[in-house]
Amino acid sequence: MFDYQFLIEVLVGGLLSGVMYSLVAIGFVLIYKTSGVLNFAQGAMLLFAALTFVSLVERAISFPLAFAITLAIMVVLGVSVERAVLRPLVNEPPITLFMATLGLSYVIEGAAQLLWGTQVHGLDIGISDVPLDIAGVFISRFDLFAATVAGSLVALFALFFRYTRTGLSFRAVADDPFAALAVGLRLPRVWASVWTASGIVALVAGLLWGARLGVQFSLSLVVLKALPVLVLGGFDSIAGAIIGGLLIGAIEKLAEVYVGPLFGGGIEAWAAYVVALVLLLVRPSGLFGQKLVERV
Amino acid sequence: MSAAPLTAQLSPGAGAFAIVVGAAIAFGAVPLFGSDYLMDAVLTPFLALALAAVGLNLLTGYAGQVSLGSAAFLAVGAYATYNLHLRLPQLSLIVDLVLAGLVAAAIGIVFGLPSLRLRGFYLAVSTLAAQFFVQWALTKFGWFSNDNPSGVIDAPVLSVAGVTFTSPAGRYVFSLSVVVVATFLTLRLLRSQSGRNFIAVRDHELAAKVIGVPLLRTKLLAFGVSSFLIGIAGALWAFAYLRTVEPAGFNLDRSFQILFIIIIGGLASLRGAFLGAAFIVVFPLILSRAGAALLGGVFDSGVLEMSQRIVVGMLIIAFLIAEPRGLIALWDRLWRVVTRPAAIRNT
Repeated sequence: MFDYQFLIEVLVGGLLSGVMYSLVAIGFVLIYKTSGVLNFAQGAMLLFAALTFVSLVERAISFPLAFAITLAIMVVLGVSVERAVLRPLVNEPPITLFMATLGLSYVIEGAAQLLWGTQVHGLDIGISDVPLDIAGVFISRFDLFAATVAGSLVALFALFFRYTRTGLSFRAVADDPFAALAVGLRLPRVWASVWTASGIVALVAGLLWGARLGVQFSLSLVVLKALPVLVLGGFDSIAGAIIGGLLIGAIEKLAEVYVGPLFGGGIEAWAAYVVALVLLLVRPSGLFGQKLVERV
Repeated sequence: MSAAPLTAQLSPGAGAFAIVVGAAIAFGAVPLFGSDYLMDAVLTPFLALALAAVGLNLLTGYAGQVSLGSAAFLAVGAYATYNLHLRLPQLSLIVDLVLAGLVAAAIGIVFGLPSLRLRGFYLAVSTLAAQFFVQWALTKFGWFSNDNPSGVIDAPVLSVAGVTFTSPAGRYVFSLSVVVVATFLTLRLLRSQSGRNFIAVRDHELAAKVIGVPLLRTKLLAFGVSSFLIGIAGALWAFAYLRTVEPAGFNLDRSFQILFIIIIGGLASLRGAFLGAAFIVVFPLILSRAGAALLGGVFDSGVLEMSQRIVVGMLIIAFLIAEPRGLIALWDRLWRVVTRPAAIRNT
């Protein structure tokens, strides 16, 4: 007989880990929406934030203070990226900017590990990982917590984009940079704040992922999990990032459990990419991405 | 573009003379007088990476399709050569190499299919699928590595028509010959109609389509030829340079390394691919010497690796900002400064 309870357990586990992917993907979407750059350095920022936080905590600095200091460092990082990388490359083709962020990811990764060392740090954010038993389905408490944090972050961003001046200017720049410039929005300032915002997302995601995997170099590879999510949802849609994350999380786990054994397992590494690719062939700009209209 | 500016300012006779001298040094003087260290640790990896960069440059620099999966094709080339040699021992090594290139080309075409509908980032991300899939397949299925538990393969003895290339000098000459032939053929391809089509597709896809460039054929040709070259480079990397390889050696970092070579060297320039490869090979050696001399014991291998990452990353950004055409543009400018006064004196 088919084990439905197990199916639901796998599905819920997948959806919850999908939320973690969404969290990383949102950092990408923020930057892509406002500056048209696929920021490959998001993973490096995540590593940098988590590593800084952990190292501060290990030097006997309290949690809130460490959080505040890391936040401040991410702000400085965001502003200096805008100054040193984005501003000189303004008006370059997007793919050039993408390659610049590749270089940036090397710089940040190298700096993070040069500064704080390469050993693995444990990160305990005080959430027990005893599974919760809901109607016979076991759900990880940590996953639930992560999903709640991610969910509230998304809600916060939604409010921010709708009701604050800065949020509105983000949307204006995303909609049409030239028109935004014409009505007097300061692009450099918007970019600096959007990089800061994605730095904050990186910090939150880095702490959650770090608590899960340990804070180490491989944390920066989390971006590779987020890329199919982006492709699936469309690079410029926050809603897409969330739904894409949920889909990828669920598909990945289901594929690993039900299809994986046919290939001898371990298909998690590429299953998401294949799903994203197949979808792309049908909808070249993802589920929720804007259609590109090209002028000749 | 390509080799033109180097010889353009010289008279035809001088150009031919330069080529003969270059060949005499590369094929004669270096293997005779060069140290084993030079050939083994510097020149052979340089040649393999340069060929891979030529392949990627054809795809990314000329045809404008960004790929982040080069290492996958290096791996395919290496493992295909290994298996052909193992399972069809009657074939000559050269035939193995060409067939392995064709295998890589076939896989490249499959993973190039999305390029027909995708552009830019979406395409770049989809090439990552090749990267992860190939690495997974090579580790997962024992057949590829003749059932080695960790997927490690050992190089066969390089021998063509009874001549074996086992010494560092031999492996260097073998790589050099392969690279010279492959580069020459690539150069011919780039100067043909297909080569022009690559550039047309890169510069404006829609406009290229309007003037009758066959998009499907051009893009797949670019993916196929590029993967062919990278596959052969992979075989050289595995068998002439490392001689023992595992799938993990062909990871995403390797793909980025090749992409960085063409950015630093110069997009859409074959000479740029060679300059960039030379830089990427020599730079860590210089950095480790300089670091050890300046900082002494503090500069251990960990610090070296990290500072290398930082400097390479910064260079990428610096080149993209200050000289998007790469080292080769600097080289050409330098060349002009050196040759112009002489030309003025002569007239």
